[in-house]
Amino acid sequence: MTSPAPGGKPAVPRDVGNWATKVDRLSAPDGKAAVGYNVTGKKVTGPQQGFGRLWQRTYSADLGSVVGAQALVSDWKVNFGDYWPPGSVFHNTLTGIEPGDVAPIEVGIASHGPKLATGILVLYADDDSFTFMTPEGHMFAGMITFSAEERDGRTNVEIRILIRPNDPLWEMAWPVAKRKEDVFWMGTLHNLAAHYGVPDVEVTEETVCIDRKRLWSNWRNIWHNSGIRSGLHILTAPLRMLRPHRADR
Amino acid sequence: MPDPDVSMTVHHPEPGTAVIEITGDVTAACEPALMSAYEQACAPGTRFLILDFSGLTYMNSGGIGMLVTLLVRANRQQQKLAAVGLTDHYRQIFELTRLDEAIALHADAASALASA
Repeated sequence: MTSPAPGGKPAVPRDVGNWATKVDRLSAPDGKAAVGYNVTGKKVTGPQQGFGRLWQRTYSADLGSVVGAQALVSDWKVNFGDYWPPGSVFHNTLTGIEPGDVAPIEVGIASHGPKLATGILVLYADDDSFTFMTPEGHMFAGMITFSAEERDGRTNVEIRILIRPNDPLWEMAWPVAKRKEDVFWMGTLHNLAAHYGVPDVEVTEETVCIDRKRLWSNWRNIWHNSGIRSGLHILTAPLRMLRPHRADR
Repeated sequence: MPDPDVSMTVHHPEPGTAVIEITGDVTAACEPALMSAYEQACAPGTRFLILDFSGLTYMNSGGIGMLVTLLVRANRQQQKLAAVGLTDHYRQIFELTRLDEAIALHADAASALASA
């Protein structure tokens, strides 16, 4: 509790420790530069910086009374990537998810083979929720919030996504990406529930189009497209092997 | 979702302009209150909406998502949106989330009106 300033408002807002501090450009954490090549130097992108239609997607599951909301969120922060379906990697810190953390991500395109490199910024985190924001080049521009809430002694866990496809290519890929997102996030909630002994949890999904308008002024986002850049990065790997070795490569 | 700890007051300082004064906590839970205030603010001919955050005491990421939704509605009606009364902390959140690129930030309603 903070003492109020003259005028009745708290001198320090109670959410002050929950938000990332302002950064102009992201940097991959120490030791993660090799997988963070599509993160370092990028700006974050909110829904208004994306290109395609704006979607709000919500996945939720009722875990019953096996775990409290805050205990679940605390565990989810520390073991976030462990609940992902196989094939994708979340490179977080050992201590879990804190506001301002930058985490590179490798997204499995197929079950085996090349991975698409991108990442996230932890925009916000409190005891009940945490929110990621995406960088330039990510498939989607926007935010994704993971939260849990207790109602009548039962814990409901939710993933809420507010996104636009980031550029014209990702917008064209939306029908496929939407299905992959369903498999991925429903799989994540199934894994989370199974960890708490709820093996056959029902995951509900809701999709709402918030804005059908495409933001054509942002078509140049394609320059940062992480799919194209990941492909180029893989193709030029032999050239990088010829360069003198540097730590952290 | 818990009941929102927020109040919203709407007034029209001049024709074509509405101010929504937001006091309390801005979270996803106050979306119905904000959208109701927006309906009140949208008198015929309203082209400029000012969100006055002088009484803001708390905001989470759900609050930012709600402002994005409001921005879409305002854009659809070809209305300009401005935010005033933000402390340095909340101004930085607007800048971090790049909401400031779509919602003009001003110190107070008078300077927002002067820019209109």
